Amino acid sequence: MDTKTFIIAAVIKIALVVFIMLTGVAYTTWLERKVIGRIQNRWGPTRVGPFGLLQPLADGVKFILKEDLLPDYVHKGLFILAPMLALVMSLISIAVIPFGETITIAGHTTALQISGMVSSSGGISDINIGLLIILGVTSIGVYGVALAGWSSNSKYSLLGSLRASAQMISYELALGLSLVGILLLSGTLSLRQIVYSQSGNWVLGGHDTHVPHWFIFPQIVGFFIYLLAAYAETNRIPFDMPEAETELVAGYHTEYSSMKFAMFFMAEYVNMFTVACLATLLFFGGWHGPQLSFLPPLGQSLLPVVYFAAKVFFFIFLYIWIRGTLPRFRYDQLMAFGWKFLLPLAIANIIVTSLIVAWGA
Amino acid sequence: MVPLSWYLILSGILFALGVLGFLLKRNIITIFMSIELMLNAVNLSFVAFANYWNTHPVADKSIVPLSGQVFVFFVMVVAAAEAAVGLAIIISVFRTRETLNVDRVNLLKL
Amino acid sequence: MVHQVLFIVFGLICVAGAINLLVQRHPISSALSLVVVMASLSLIYLLLGAEFVAAIQVIVYAGAIMVLFVFVIMLLNAGAEERTRGSRIALFVGVPGVIILAGTVGWMLVSGSGKLGSVSISSSNFGETHQIARLLFNNFLLPFEITSVLILIAIMGAVVLGKREN
Repeated sequence: MDTKTFIIAAVIKIALVVFIMLTGVAYTTWLERKVIGRIQNRWGPTRVGPFGLLQPLADGVKFILKEDLLPDYVHKGLFILAPMLALVMSLISIAVIPFGETITIAGHTTALQISGMVSSSGGISDINIGLLIILGVTSIGVYGVALAGWSSNSKYSLLGSLRASAQMISYELALGLSLVGILLLSGTLSLRQIVYSQSGNWVLGGHDTHVPHWFIFPQIVGFFIYLLAAYAETNRIPFDMPEAETELVAGYHTEYSSMKFAMFFMAEYVNMFTVACLATLLFFGGWHGPQLSFLPPLGQSLLPVVYFAAKVFFFIFLYIWIRGTLPRFRYDQLMAFGWKFLLPLAIANIIVTSLIVAWGA
Repeated sequence: MVPLSWYLILSGILFALGVLGFLLKRNIITIFMSIELMLNAVNLSFVAFANYWNTHPVADKSIVPLSGQVFVFFVMVVAAAEAAVGLAIIISVFRTRETLNVDRVNLLKL
Repeated sequence: MVHQVLFIVFGLICVAGAINLLVQRHPISSALSLVVVMASLSLIYLLLGAEFVAAIQVIVYAGAIMVLFVFVIMLLNAGAEERTRGSRIALFVGVPGVIILAGTVGWMLVSGSGKLGSVSISSSNFGETHQIARLLFNNFLLPFEITSVLILIAIMGAVVLGKREN
């Protein structure tokens, strides 16, 4: 397809995906409050609309109408830049995530991925280094947290942001190393190719077990490390010491109000969504699932997206479930866990996986 | 088609700005950052030459085109190690002298 | 044509960031402009077909080394730079020396640019990760192992130097 069509298709896809994502973020907050409420034996929001479904709308209106403070003592440029940086970086990682194969609307075929391209022969090409782009964008996201605390010019914010950014850069190592096992099995950094290498079933000793060829089965240790490191990256329980309500006032976003706080809030939930998408793409086979042949072609292209969304929903539910169940780590326990347990375990996972791959080849 | 000399001129400009920062600035951390800028300028010329040797290969295969990019990898590792140790030194100098200005750290006596 | 426009745009952003690093008084603004320089250099590497190097430039340089710089600036919190009289030799010999050197190199490059030829966004199998890995673990294995020892030494040095005396 030529450049102009690709750009127009990409712009439409970006608008659609960002809209769906931000609505999803709003309803993830509703889901969280409901599920946490039920775990704690209470109702959660019920007043605003049926089952409290209009609660995110009320929260949005509250954020817009609240006074947006810009205190005198803050470093103004960085104070405004930090939440924007956090939100923009978390939204950029959605550009390389594939949701399905292709979709054909009005004679134009486009890949279900913002950065994917369909060539004239029907093959879909992707960015060669998709996984590295997500890791890079996560690394830049640390600046949002660090600059927010420093520019607020307040002791609580500075301490909270130093702790939060030290936690984030420590667990980035374990996160990156846990993904090396997947790279050894699939041989590529492109997210679409990793999903393609998980098609079919596992073949053991010549006959076909009817178990899908998902990487969760050989890489269960890698999955465990990835999940824990990702929970620490996104600052969620049990690793949310830097922003917990009862510690350090509110951590690095103490001085923020209204729209800027909403941006940090949205950035956290979009990061959760990115982690869930990566977990389904790398460990659970992405959009693979039973095909239903009686659907029309448009339905057949959208069915993989439904499977993908279901798997992502499971991971978001897992995040919320763990939040309601576990207590939080103390800061020194958290850092010791990341450096002294997860990092050696990730390295051991790489060694064992590469031995098995080299022996089998 | 961008001429190779444009990339080398950009690398030279960045290197010269790094050297000027190293000579003129008085804050030790800014001097350190000028060193990082110089290393980045050198990385740019390595990568430019890697591309150049790929499009104009040498007949006797004595130059491996991709080795430019591999060398950038090593430069980054060395820069990381140097940044870690250098910043640790700066922190310990700050603890005794209470200043980051290089002009005040010109005597061994405190 | 598009290649040239993109190179000029990113090159101007690099040079503007580098000049901002020199001009700013507070080290945190210098650090953030250096991050901008590194990000636009990463985009120039993409123009040169070096996709893996562009990714690790963002992950390692802009995302780890510069975060370390920003941490130290935040921790030490020394404030904006004060104007002290620097070394005279640096000013009167160093600055003209740099200008003469850069000018000579620049003039040689501009006058010889026809003989050097041009680079292009080459075909897709250059700069791919598996090719770099093949070179790194076959031809460059010894330097690779030595850099791992170097990083170990740097970690130990940083820990020892950063410890408090009591």
